[in-house]
Amino acid sequence: MTEKNRMGRLYLMILFAVLYAPIFYLMYYSFNSGGSMHGFEGFTLEWYQEVFQDTRLIIIVINTVVIALLSATIATIIGVIGALAIDRIRRKRLKNAILSLNNVLIVSPDVIIGASFLILFTIAGIKLGFVSVLLSHIAFSVPIAVLMILPRLQEMSPTLVDAARDLGASRRDVLAKVILPFISPGILTGFFMALTYSLDDFAVTFFVTGSGYSTLSVEIYSRARAGVSLSINALSTLIFLFTILLVIVYHFVTRKNGRKQVKEPSAEMGVPR
Amino acid sequence: MPRNTRGAYLIPYYLWMVLFVALPVILIAYYSFFDALGQFTLSNYVNFFTPVYLRMTLSSFWYAVLITLFSLLVAYPAAYALTRTKHKQLWLLLIILPTWINLLLKAYAFIGIFGTYGPVNALLQAAGIGEQQILFGSFSFIFVSVYIFIPFMIMPIYNALEDINPTLIAASRDLGASSFTTLRRVIFPLTLSGVRSGCMAVFIPALSLFMLTRLIAGNKVITLGTAIEQHFLVTRDWGMGSTVAVFLILMMAVLMPIFGSGKEVRK
Repeated sequence: MTEKNRMGRLYLMILFAVLYAPIFYLMYYSFNSGGSMHGFEGFTLEWYQEVFQDTRLIIIVINTVVIALLSATIATIIGVIGALAIDRIRRKRLKNAILSLNNVLIVSPDVIIGASFLILFTIAGIKLGFVSVLLSHIAFSVPIAVLMILPRLQEMSPTLVDAARDLGASRRDVLAKVILPFISPGILTGFFMALTYSLDDFAVTFFVTGSGYSTLSVEIYSRARAGVSLSINALSTLIFLFTILLVIVYHFVTRKNGRKQVKEPSAEMGVPR
Repeated sequence: MPRNTRGAYLIPYYLWMVLFVALPVILIAYYSFFDALGQFTLSNYVNFFTPVYLRMTLSSFWYAVLITLFSLLVAYPAAYALTRTKHKQLWLLLIILPTWINLLLKAYAFIGIFGTYGPVNALLQAAGIGEQQILFGSFSFIFVSVYIFIPFMIMPIYNALEDINPTLIAASRDLGASSFTTLRRVIFPLTLSGVRSGCMAVFIPALSLFMLTRLIAGNKVITLGTAIEQHFLVTRDWGMGSTVAVFLILMMAVLMPIFGSGKEVRK
């Protein structure tokens, strides 16, 4: 048995080495003065300097963050409404039907979402750019927010609401003072998920972004297509550090809120579309 | 308060559902009946059944099968080993962390690793095999895709393994089954739902990844996703692009019940 455990651990070690090697490879060469991703010549920070001096890139980073925060906020609000809507439905078949409709955008491939949104915005006469990107990020983040909030809502005992009503609370009070505080951990998780969906998205944005507007992942794609440039390495090192920071913050925020969070880590990380 | 205004606050959600879930699908279906000039036609569908498109669909399908299969082969033992480790939470976090890093950056890293002067080629040369053109071929496409999808395959299988009641395994061993038989007859069948959802999480995206084919496979590999992107953004033949999208949606609709959503499988 111990022999087997050792084999298993060895296998995991190798797997982790492979999983992390590319990431560290990128980071390592971001300090290469040689200017390419092979043959490390000497230590330099010039690629980082280049990143920080690139005003176009900084504007793009700001765009990305603004889109992520705005879309996650709006998507979470719609998500709360959606969870309330689904929770209200009593007929089981209808509930399941609405739930599957809710999940359509989670399981659809990005290209299809992107292509269909492109048609939608063109027909609606919405100019491709900030508005179209924001709308599509809201659109694909809503279902995951709903899925994170709904379980909390279903966990809530209906007697809580009854008690509040009995004690004379208005509908608004019940919502603001009983329901929302109770589901707030779900809301927080939903917000974080929406945030990461937005920050991570490439394909949908690629379809609906016009020529004048760009987010970070679209910019990385066009730069990577042009070939290796170590400023991308520097940028990805910074993004990696930021990601770790985000994970840590997320971890502590959800920890603090107590209770066992989402049972399935796979739900937490979201399934790629 | 009149009854019908009570639900008024629910409007934004249902509006979202109509505008961004139902309408886009209808639009895709509608556009598939128009050619590049805006004339109503069935020619897109006729075109789809020409050898060019059929071959592309088939090869895209085949690549997705291979990617799913290899991910499963790597992920299952990993998930199994994970359930035996001491610090599960830490290991799990380490598995999930790479998925938080943008896919494009990982793909970009492989441009360097598989490049002509990259470490893999240096290794091959040292081994006496000599320099190979690894990048821009089907091998690199499959490798990078599997690399990206492995965590998404591990997680559902891991969850399924964790859900197994350990007494079942003990019983199987007590009744004289070898550890391999236990794995094959007890553990694997009990984790099928996890395997299914893992396959689902890998297969559909594998059909539609276009950025990987562009960055890593250098247009040698064309998936359905690449075709859609090409038609929508390069040649601007939205009709044909929509037709390919319709078939991709149909394929999903057929596959979903087979894979199941993973949870309702057994009740």
